[in-house]
Amino acid sequence: MALLPVVAEEQVLRTRTREQSLCPQIWALLDNVYDPEIPVISIWDLGVLQDVSEHESRVEVAITPTYSGCPAMREIESDIRKTLNHAGYSSIEVVTRLSPAWSTDWMSEKGKQQLMDFGIAPPTPTWDVRKVICPQCVSTDNTLISEFGSTACKAMYKCHNCLETFDYFKCI
Amino acid sequence: MSDSESKIRAYTLQFSIGLGDDSLMLGQRLGEWCRNAPMLEEDLAISNVALDFLGRANMYYEYAVELAKIVGGDFQDQSVDDIAYLRDSREYRNLLIFEMPIGDFAYTMTRQLIVDLFNVEYFTVLSGSGDLHLAAIAAKTLKESKYHLRRSHDWTLRLGDGTEESHLRMQNAVNELWGYTPELFEMTEAELGLLPGGISVDRTALFDTWDARISQILSEATLDHPPGDWQVTGGRAGVHTEYHGHLLSELQYLQRAYPGLSW
Repeated sequence: MALLPVVAEEQVLRTRTREQSLCPQIWALLDNVYDPEIPVISIWDLGVLQDVSEHESRVEVAITPTYSGCPAMREIESDIRKTLNHAGYSSIEVVTRLSPAWSTDWMSEKGKQQLMDFGIAPPTPTWDVRKVICPQCVSTDNTLISEFGSTACKAMYKCHNCLETFDYFKCI
Repeated sequence: MSDSESKIRAYTLQFSIGLGDDSLMLGQRLGEWCRNAPMLEEDLAISNVALDFLGRANMYYEYAVELAKIVGGDFQDQSVDDIAYLRDSREYRNLLIFEMPIGDFAYTMTRQLIVDLFNVEYFTVLSGSGDLHLAAIAAKTLKESKYHLRRSHDWTLRLGDGTEESHLRMQNAVNELWGYTPELFEMTEAELGLLPGGISVDRTALFDTWDARISQILSEATLDHPPGDWQVTGGRAGVHTEYHGHLLSELQYLQRAYPGLSW
């Protein structure tokens, strides 16, 4: 039997980058920057925050956009600046890293649980597409209504058990 | 920088402008459906797809701005907004299919099917480009295009194999758009110049797979494959359809009326 990966390779690298970083306090500060459209999930748990480095008094933050057309990216960049400014950092550069392309596989387990609690069904792993779970009643008896929901990253589903419609954070 | 290097950069600049213009035109067109789509779900879906195309245009123009700093030329000292909003029709390099009006819902979905199928193939190859920046953009957009295709494929089946009326509208759309598809497979001088270095994509090599896949989908949707007895080209040379100027008048309105306006 082939072994299925539990965590994506890029996610392992991303986590290692954070663990081995020389400026853990900046990473911790950025845990307070949330997705403006889903205000329960931090940019780290969403998989958008890639790297942080500090050279003398200059801070460089690397982020990866979710979707090409995601209007939240500009907002996230300005929130990063605001948060670091508040903490006393004045020279901040936010760089966009396109490669490797963002994947929902980079979302942390904590982030997925936060989505679920917020009422959004979390993405299933791209290598093991499972049934979508209704965030209201945890039933897997549901159907797709629309490939797109209120934002590019979500699709709309209807639950046949509790009859509620819900957003599903689609895997990409 | 050697002559050949600067030539490659100049070609890459032209190449990026072309891809950016394709995305900008289609993004603008799809945006016209916002609050006009047949139902709320479709309104959200089309607007989200439109945003993906506008985001792509932004990425290609940003790269063009960087390249123009090195090679100079027409775009030297221009911003992304200058490139997007302040050119005249003949200076845009988009393929004609992207500027055609939205028509009815069948027409819009047929164009999406044609383009999404093409893009999935095209970005698969471009994601291996020797230009790492273009490769990174392609790898990102490929994921989106695969998703876009699921939807345009689904609608083609539903409408083509739907009611008499929806079938008729889909067949009309396929017939009207078909003559604009050969241009997708034409190579510009810049693309040919970038081919030996593995930077651009050989569009001509994509035709057979694209045609085979779309033929299969059309047949599943009970639609006829048009004979392909006419074709129009000219977009990459700046020769556009009569619709282009009208599109620009909407697209450019704010920047023309209030020069330099920003958010």
